[in-house]
Amino acid sequence: MSVKDGLLALLAGSPGYGYQLKTEFEDATGGAWTLNIGQVYTSLQRLERDGLVEEVDADEEGRRSYAVTAAGREHLAGWLAEPVPRSLEARDEVVMKILLAVVTPGHDPRTVIASQRDATMRVLQDQTRRKTQQPPPALAESIQLDRLILTCRAELDWLDLAEQRLDAVGNGHRADPVTDRPATTTTTTTTTSTTPLAPKGGTR
Amino acid sequence: MITDRPVVLRMHDVTRIHGAGSTAVTAVDHVDLEVHAGELVAVMGRSGSGKSTLLNLAGGLDQPSRGAVVVEDQDLSTCTPGRLAELRRRHVGYVFQHGNLLPTLTASENVSLPLELDGVSVREARAAAVSILSEVLHPDVVDRYPDELSGGEQQRVAVARGLIGSRRLLLADEPTGALDEVTAEAVMRLLRDRCNDGAAALVVTHDAAQAAWADRVVRLRDGRIDTITGDAPTTPQPTDTLTAGLPR
Repeated sequence: MSVKDGLLALLAGSPGYGYQLKTEFEDATGGAWTLNIGQVYTSLQRLERDGLVEEVDADEEGRRSYAVTAAGREHLAGWLAEPVPRSLEARDEVVMKILLAVVTPGHDPRTVIASQRDATMRVLQDQTRRKTQQPPPALAESIQLDRLILTCRAELDWLDLAEQRLDAVGNGHRADPVTDRPATTTTTTTTTSTTPLAPKGGTR
Repeated sequence: MITDRPVVLRMHDVTRIHGAGSTAVTAVDHVDLEVHAGELVAVMGRSGSGKSTLLNLAGGLDQPSRGAVVVEDQDLSTCTPGRLAELRRRHVGYVFQHGNLLPTLTASENVSLPLELDGVSVREARAAAVSILSEVLHPDVVDRYPDELSGGEQQRVAVARGLIGSRRLLLADEPTGALDEVTAEAVMRLLRDRCNDGAAALVVTHDAAQAAWADRVVRLRDGRIDTITGDAPTTPQPTDTLTAGLPR
């Protein structure tokens, strides 16, 4: 999305001026996106140029205020209605580390999994603690927070499943990357990682 | 305010073997774990990793084959059956996936029951129950029967029952397993609050988002502690007055 879409959404309710829009934008998005005031003015100029907003009478303190036009409302409705293409990143670095650990002698992919799990769980714990902050998170921040938390949970569930799949093919790191069958002829011992990636912190 | 962190539950080198000989299964294998007052510890792991056995051992519902389980400074293995029952009644609360409230008793009667069994007068027990329930439930529903309560309300009653009187150790097995996300969050928040007030909780869950409410997340694998994420509270530091009153 662009800042312009966000400003249109805010102006759809009532006219507003630059600094007010900056604050409203940050509140409405749960503090996830901080704007600098220059961005706001530039975006307003472009919206005006494209006929999506128009300047209205300055407020009593002389601030330049803008209102959304009919074309602006149409543009906004179109943007809100358009689903966001979900990009699925197959080359995610965690996936790459696990898969390449499978084919790297001397490295156990489960060590990679354990290390990542520990790191992601710590992030999840930190984000969950935000729920207990005072004052409690407002709606926008709660919804942001839910997404971060459930994304972490999805990764942790996936790491568990990856570990289970590795266990199912034997030692995991000995699996033949082509056939997925445990190799039986090599003699390299990989049960002890040469560079153990012990999860940080309270790991036994 | 918690000024120090006594150990409420100590599991020392605990092993539990089911069966014998060639069919023996080691459900819990050399586990060392301490849960301190004020601490919420989550236990995760696959099915069959020993989570529920660990919880049963912690509460004296099952006896270890080797090692010691100490609750409130009392080694459970040295207890007579009568003493063990008393210890469980006075010091250990349970929360299960479906609340397990007695259906013929109201919410407040369910909560007061452990005290009444312990010889506290009915009036005093009810007063204590209403008091603790007032912190977790709307006053209008404390005299309802379990089937008149929502799943989330039942779990809140179960938590209140688990922590009535001098009970300080709460053992929970998938306490949010049957609840939707929002209700589950409310129950975890309640557990977190009770721990912040000095309770100690050991919570088995398969859900990482619920486990993340814990100070430490213990992962079991084949009955052993595989990893622990998070830090155990440091031993009481009398000089640590700067942070003593701050929320953790």
